[in-house]
Amino acid sequence: MLMRYRFEIGCVVALLACFLITQVELNRFYYFAGFAILQYVLISTAWNILGGYGGYINFGTAGFLGLGTYVAIAMIQFYGAGIIEQIIVAGALAGLLGLGIGYITLRLKGVYFAIATLAIAIVLETFVNNWDYVGGAAGVSILPPRTPELLGITIVDRKGGGIFYNNKEFLFFLMGALAIMSVWIARTVEFGKLGRGLNAIKDNEEAAECMGVPTLKLKLIATVISGSLMGVAGAVFPSYLTFVDPPTAFNLEFAVNSLAMPMIGGTFTWIGPVVGSILLGTVQQVAIVTISSEINLLIIGLLLVIFVTIAPHGIVGWFMKKNK
Amino acid sequence: MEFLELLINALIAGILLGGFFAALSIGLSICFGLLDAVNIAHPTLIVGAAFCTFLLNDLLGIDPIVAGLILTPVFFLLGMGIYSLYYQFFERQSAEALRGLAFFFGLLFIAEVVMIMIFGVDHRLVNAPYIGESFTAIVTGMTFSIPYRLLAAFVIAGLMTLGISYYLNSSYFGRATSAVHQDMMALSLMGADPVMIKRIAFALGLATCGLAGALMIIVIPIEPAVGRFFIGNVFAIVVLGGLGSIPGTLVGALILGIAESLVSTFFGPSWAPAVSFGILLGVLAFKPTGLFGTGDTR
Repeated sequence: MLMRYRFEIGCVVALLACFLITQVELNRFYYFAGFAILQYVLISTAWNILGGYGGYINFGTAGFLGLGTYVAIAMIQFYGAGIIEQIIVAGALAGLLGLGIGYITLRLKGVYFAIATLAIAIVLETFVNNWDYVGGAAGVSILPPRTPELLGITIVDRKGGGIFYNNKEFLFFLMGALAIMSVWIARTVEFGKLGRGLNAIKDNEEAAECMGVPTLKLKLIATVISGSLMGVAGAVFPSYLTFVDPPTAFNLEFAVNSLAMPMIGGTFTWIGPVVGSILLGTVQQVAIVTISSEINLLIIGLLLVIFVTIAPHGIVGWFMKKNK
Repeated sequence: MEFLELLINALIAGILLGGFFAALSIGLSICFGLLDAVNIAHPTLIVGAAFCTFLLNDLLGIDPIVAGLILTPVFFLLGMGIYSLYYQFFERQSAEALRGLAFFFGLLFIAEVVMIMIFGVDHRLVNAPYIGESFTAIVTGMTFSIPYRLLAAFVIAGLMTLGISYYLNSSYFGRATSAVHQDMMALSLMGADPVMIKRIAFALGLATCGLAGALMIIVIPIEPAVGRFFIGNVFAIVVLGGLGSIPGTLVGALILGIAESLVSTFFGPSWAPAVSFGILLGVLAFKPTGLFGTGDTR
């Protein structure tokens, strides 16, 4: 009985762990680094739903993420929306973006989708640069509410009345919850009809089509799920950073990481991106502090090329081979 | 009258810009269109060549165009190397084509970071007598001006792209490249070595980066990340022209150049990056084979 639900139990344990971490007052840096790593768990899991299961590469992570970020900013500017509303609307719009791009390019060869997504971050950045309402090219500062509430419960209160002591701890917990949710979604997709269909598409699309797999429909569903999860990851960003400008929101680093982490962890199962992002995310946080952020980026690029060429099944694939 | 003056100036600039774009995208047209190697690192390698041009010009005082000619064989050899790797790990194992994409993406990223580490993020320029001056003509009260830097880039780009398309159309090697594109198996049955032909053709595609890089630093000031902004342009051009068609690429480059110039003139230059993406999506949605393409897109 317990074995059957061990994944669900693991999720609950992980969520509790995230909550407990926020209750012990650690050095601020650990929450900062932890937030970044959890965000990468969410992003790379989202990427893997289309890229890993379906074999369609999305280079536009930064675009989806930046869209989520700027939707959240626009909503804050417009009527001071709460974080949950920001997340829902950003996720919905990023999903729509995925649907639009997918509808045009997913009928063609996989490279066309990849190329279209490659350009999307640049175009969205162009629009934001020209849109002064959300700060334009100069960027925008966001002031998070002092005592945010959720369903009538005070979440953050420095005087000790809320659940969390400060906003960063709350956002850390929120990101943890979103990351766990995304892993749960990815696992559900993987073992469901959608995942099997995507796998068939990855192996041989023509054969899958002939066997009656509705290829375009499955690819579109996967793109929408993947895109909206990326938008969700972006929506939390403005509250967390409190200052956002287009180069931060549309950073190419997101695209590289979201591709490299699943590839290094292993793309064929849900645990691959989790392993890849925790491992690589931790290495990055250490490298940024101890060496330099350029060397850190160089390490990711080199690891990506090495894993793609020599170990296409990633770390998880490597272990599975050993067990056989 | 003022509108007409603006329009004609924008058209002239657009045609010149189109020539420059042709130089940027002809190499990709060979790699992507003829060899199915989707080299997304192409614009970034061009920026690499532009930085080499900057060094040659800054340290040795070599004219940028001459520097570009010197760099061409270097990039030819680099192309041989990259293709050998690509073939070894992806094509020979007939791996999923998309893994090759991830490889080129990693290459793009590594090249960009290395350039940032060496040169920093400052904008760099070169010195040459034709940079900074403009040819100005006054016809029936309207002033037309042509910057010499664009003119120089247009002339060199035109010579290079026309030369390559003539060579690919008429030489034995060019026909062999088309044959690889059409039916690799049949070619190897004829006794030719398709891998060797592909390696040379890929290297030829990369060799164009040398001269294109020199033209890039003549036309605009460069910094390491500038390559990214041309990814949309070069792919829009190659797809618009039609995969596998070199003349199509030249036409596509002119169309995009004129479109970008018109948008920059009438809506402001900050909107220019959206043009290429709009064209790319439009072509993919309505005519994925492009203007002169023959291949299938599924």
